[in-house]
Amino acid sequence: MGKSKKRKSVVEKAVEPESYPDNDKDVFDSIQTYLRRKLCQNARTTEIHGLEKERRDLFELIKRTATAGESNSVLVLGARGSGKSMLIRSVLTELTADKDIEQNLLQVHLNGLLQTDDKVALREITRQLKLENSVGDKVFGSFAETLQFLLDALKSGSQSSKPILFVLEEFDLFAFHRNQTLLYNLFDISQSAQTPICVLGVTCRLDVIELLEKRVKSRFSHRQLHLFTSLPFEEYQQLFASVLSLGKDFPVQSMASDWNKSVQALSKDASVVDVLKRLYEVTRDVRSLQQLMVYPVGLLCEDHPRLQAADFQESMKMLSTDSKAAMLHGVSILELCLIISMKHLCDIYDGEPFNFEMVYKEYQKFAQRRSSMQVFEKPVVLKAFEHLIALELVRPMEQSHGSRVQKEYRLMSLLIHPSQVLTALQKYPNCPTEITQWASCATAV
Amino acid sequence: MEEILCREKQVKILRDIMGKPHQMTPPALFLYGHTSTGKSLVLGSILKSSQVLHVIVNCVECYSQRFLFEHVLNAIRADGAAILDTSTLIKCDNMSDFVRLLQQEVVAKKLDMQTVYIVLDKAERLRDMEQNILPAFLRLQELTGLNLCTILVSEIVWEKYRFGTGFLEPLVIQFPDYSKDELVEIICHDRPEDYPEGFYNMYVNLVLNIFYYACRNLKELRHLVTLNFKTYVQPINSGEATMGDTKKLWKHIEPHLKKALCTLYLREVSSSQWERYQQEIETADNVGLQGLTHRSHVELPYYSKYLLIAAYLASYNPAKSDRKFFAKNSGKVNKKVQLNQAKKKDRTSNHMLGPKPFPLDRLLAIFYSIVEGRVAPTANIFMQITSLVSLHFLGHATGEDQIEQPKYKCLVSLDFIKAVSRTVNFEVTRYLYDFA
Repeated sequence: MGKSKKRKSVVEKAVEPESYPDNDKDVFDSIQTYLRRKLCQNARTTEIHGLEKERRDLFELIKRTATAGESNSVLVLGARGSGKSMLIRSVLTELTADKDIEQNLLQVHLNGLLQTDDKVALREITRQLKLENSVGDKVFGSFAETLQFLLDALKSGSQSSKPILFVLEEFDLFAFHRNQTLLYNLFDISQSAQTPICVLGVTCRLDVIELLEKRVKSRFSHRQLHLFTSLPFEEYQQLFASVLSLGKDFPVQSMASDWNKSVQALSKDASVVDVLKRLYEVTRDVRSLQQLMVYPVGLLCEDHPRLQAADFQESMKMLSTDSKAAMLHGVSILELCLIISMKHLCDIYDGEPFNFEMVYKEYQKFAQRRSSMQVFEKPVVLKAFEHLIALELVRPMEQSHGSRVQKEYRLMSLLIHPSQVLTALQKYPNCPTEITQWASCATAV
Repeated sequence: MEEILCREKQVKILRDIMGKPHQMTPPALFLYGHTSTGKSLVLGSILKSSQVLHVIVNCVECYSQRFLFEHVLNAIRADGAAILDTSTLIKCDNMSDFVRLLQQEVVAKKLDMQTVYIVLDKAERLRDMEQNILPAFLRLQELTGLNLCTILVSEIVWEKYRFGTGFLEPLVIQFPDYSKDELVEIICHDRPEDYPEGFYNMYVNLVLNIFYYACRNLKELRHLVTLNFKTYVQPINSGEATMGDTKKLWKHIEPHLKKALCTLYLREVSSSQWERYQQEIETADNVGLQGLTHRSHVELPYYSKYLLIAAYLASYNPAKSDRKFFAKNSGKVNKKVQLNQAKKKDRTSNHMLGPKPFPLDRLLAIFYSIVEGRVAPTANIFMQITSLVSLHFLGHATGEDQIEQPKYKCLVSLDFIKAVSRTVNFEVTRYLYDFA
């Protein structure tokens, strides 16, 4: 509980220093600050699109634990970026608005990324519950002692004691802990008439139930909430406008309506709609939409007072560059020759792995017979080959350290698709013609 | 902010995305590009000039999570200064404590109003650490609740980082490679004072003509340019040519640069050796340059040499050809016909596919048939085999713990084995399947 409160206060403090700006420069500065806060991860947005039923279920469930002393367990499932944490955050804000519940309900937030084993998780629980064996931020006692202490504390309670809400984010990672001790104990308490607790697991794995041990699975209530975003494109477009709009809490309201009108117009702009459609077809999660906006919002300043469609096109270009093609653009001609040799080897031998000697022979065939280019010596070629390995464009077949062979004979596989090689060649600056020809005629020697 | 050439666009994008210190930033950025495309330079100078709190971590140095956490925490506490009093160092060994202590430190320093940047250089190493490190660092803004931005710098593309159930995707920014003109411009930027710009520009272009096809690494090219400049201007200093004699200067430098490509560029000779070599050219006539690989001649005991040759033959000859080479009573004429027929069947030579594993018995059988005189199979012979393994001339093909029927591979090159066989007057090519 202490943790979540601290988090919130830190964020709110960061916003405070907004004084009322008087000139244009400050206005744009504060617009940018406002929008940036909306785009970042800490933004405590509680507005939810189209998850009313799930929200109601969760609200009722937690409320019953908080008020009636009922023990529950539930899993919230959904893809990354589908608003799982936001849903929980929104429910909790509404619940804690009620004074009685706020004082009555204890919250413990755990994250599978942070609490990587049960020992750390137990310490975190005692710390967040502010139990007697913790002084300040330090927790005393061994794992066994802490567990014993914690279980005693929880078991001694009855239905009338203070309810506790456990929120386990990245729930699937908790299932990999040894013996699933923590999960077993939490679900066990929720099944027996002890301190009322509500275990709320949050994960993106749909098969998370299969990860649980039998005894843990049998104690879990099998109540699941699936969050599937089925956002039609019109709503997606509206979402775009609403994220970029200035809300009621914006300090200079005189600017706001004017700005919001321009954003509405922007969201109808043909080229912006085109960009949004393209992104919508790749992914529908809100985070990638936010990522698209980061760059245009960053551009806002006095000389650039409005968001423009061109900025979004530019941003989309940044997001959708093929990174491997971009890396291929930067390799030297010699390395490019080697990649083409490997592509030919893959074509001829039907995807069989190859070693440096074969690539070198293929390269020599080309360099000596068919081109006017400088022919490099074997060690120079080997250096180029090793650079390709370092860039992970080529990968050794097996990382066996036991049976090592000379590096010339290590079996490799190419990690670039032949079509990528051809497109990269077209974009390559000052590519010699003979190389392009060599690349396009596959098997001819 | 110091002047950075040819990276205006990247500087602008980064500045726009980072914004002002009190504004929020995206939770994570990922910068990638080839070696020496100015990633660390641009990032470092932007962070320095904007005076925000930042920690730059090299993931090669901090190879375990403990080092990584403690480095970040202590650097924030010390604000970049070196810590002398080691008793006040923060200790932290798990992610949970790291997040808590990070919040504490940042709030204690009253820095929660401005963005804190954590730069992880050589981020590809994060993939080798514990599985939770990379996702947690990408989500650090949400986990700590601070205005915090993690920046990963790497040469590897982002696709190779994804694993498991995925994580918060960072904003990917590419640093494109320098074009040839940009390379010339950057290298010319720090030319020696006493030569005109046009002249030096010409010289850099000449060097690039030789090296550009093989190498586009700015650091490497710059190094080569500075090292060879002395030789280039030598005719001018000695009065043989003037600055206008481009053709003469080119004639003078070209063989020299070609030599540099196969010695200096491959680190066969060190830079200081190369400089000494250049001076020697000036004074006396050409002194031979002995590189690292020329020194690979190794003195071995007599039986070890034969063992190594036998191992080489066993590795690169198919087992079925052993009878033809080593059996006492096979006719020589007959052999050649058979070989040619066999050769037509499999066209790829063994010298392209690499060494094949062979059992110990076969090694000893070949050894006894090629060595002169009677050799008793004493412990010494077996000791020599194991010591060849520890010298990495031979390698275990299967698990190293096999005592019965161990299998080996020969790990030396053809040139090496030729040199060895010459010392014992054994003609190894006559016995090799690919050459016989």
